[in-house]
Amino acid sequence: MAQVTAVTPVAKMVGSNRVIQGKGIVYPLGDAELDAEEEKDLRRSIVRQALEALKTEV
Amino acid sequence: MKVVHYLNQFFGGLGAEEQAGIGPEIRGEAVGPGRLLEQVLGDGSTVVKTIICGDNYAAENLESVMETVVNEVRDSGAELFVAGPCFVAGRYGVAAGALCAAVQAELGIPVVTGMGVENPGVDLYRQELYIVDSGENVAEMRDVLTKMAAIAKVTASGEDVGRPAEWGYIPRGIMKDEIVEESAAVRLANMIVAKTQGQPYETELTQTGFEPIPAPPAVTDLSNATVAIVTDGGLVPAGNPDNMPAIASTIWGSYDIATVDNLEGEDYEVYHRGYDNRHVLNDPDRLVPVDVLKELEKAGEVGKVYEQFLSMTGLANPLANSRRIGQEIAENLKSAGVDAVILTST
Repeated sequence: MAQVTAVTPVAKMVGSNRVIQGKGIVYPLGDAELDAEEEKDLRRSIVRQALEALKTEV
Repeated sequence: MKVVHYLNQFFGGLGAEEQAGIGPEIRGEAVGPGRLLEQVLGDGSTVVKTIICGDNYAAENLESVMETVVNEVRDSGAELFVAGPCFVAGRYGVAAGALCAAVQAELGIPVVTGMGVENPGVDLYRQELYIVDSGENVAEMRDVLTKMAAIAKVTASGEDVGRPAEWGYIPRGIMKDEIVEESAAVRLANMIVAKTQGQPYETELTQTGFEPIPAPPAVTDLSNATVAIVTDGGLVPAGNPDNMPAIASTIWGSYDIATVDNLEGEDYEVYHRGYDNRHVLNDPDRLVPVDVLKELEKAGEVGKVYEQFLSMTGLANPLANSRRIGQEIAENLKSAGVDAVILTST
């Protein structure tokens, strides 16, 4: 499991092993400040980081 | 006070590990630490029965040992049940905790035990029982039994036991109202001053301890793997079919995404009072990234996106509840053949 969250200290505190920095509490995989295309690029990049973490031994 | 005392084979004087398979034996008097227990209890307290059982036997036959012990305690007319102390002996601690909990529930008499904080019995029974922090050093027996006796006497008299630190027991997670002279602001300022000066201070908000979780192995070939999305952000289909509460949820839901390539706000609702839900309602992919994960599936980077996403409201949940939900979700996904999970948390 890879966990995407903006509040990484909490994820680490409870013992999550693969933690990915999310964009914000209100949208871990989005950003209302960006236009649609940029936002999707951001989301893709975060999901790819999560997949990369899943592929990596910890 | 009439007392029944539970000991393992070692403290009961039957032998070490080679006797761990021995079943319950009843003695009509105090044995080993029980004699010391009588002394520190004072007031003519008597151990009317000692129940001795091997650690392996108790671990493998816990139900029947519980029944035996509850019956023996009932028959003896005991006013107090004491188990241990067990220090860091794990099987002993787990049995002592289970027996104390059973006697307390069935007979309603005071019970007390003692364990080191690393004993696995602590995590299992600290909320239900007074467990004196025994540390790991058996030489502290008298001190530990003295604390256990003090708690036993107060409980038997029907009075409240005070704070864990004052009475030497492991915190049970119980919160009690208390009148204090200084306001929260003053107490906070005093704490900060003490902290910056390197002085001792006592926090009013203790953190829960978390056991380390072993990291699951990597999924090296994601192009052949099934990946599921789980969220604690409270996203549910419009109409909230499972009645997901917006706070302190005891349930989780599993929702179909087999035929959609991205999530539309009009099809979903958010039940979570812990964050501003509007951005997720505008585009649920910001929480449950179905759109990009399905693209990656088409591109072959991910073998398969699991056809359901799982959701719950991660807000103001007691830890025991969250652990249960986590276990249920893990079992559900495992039996569905899911290889990897992306969990999104608000």
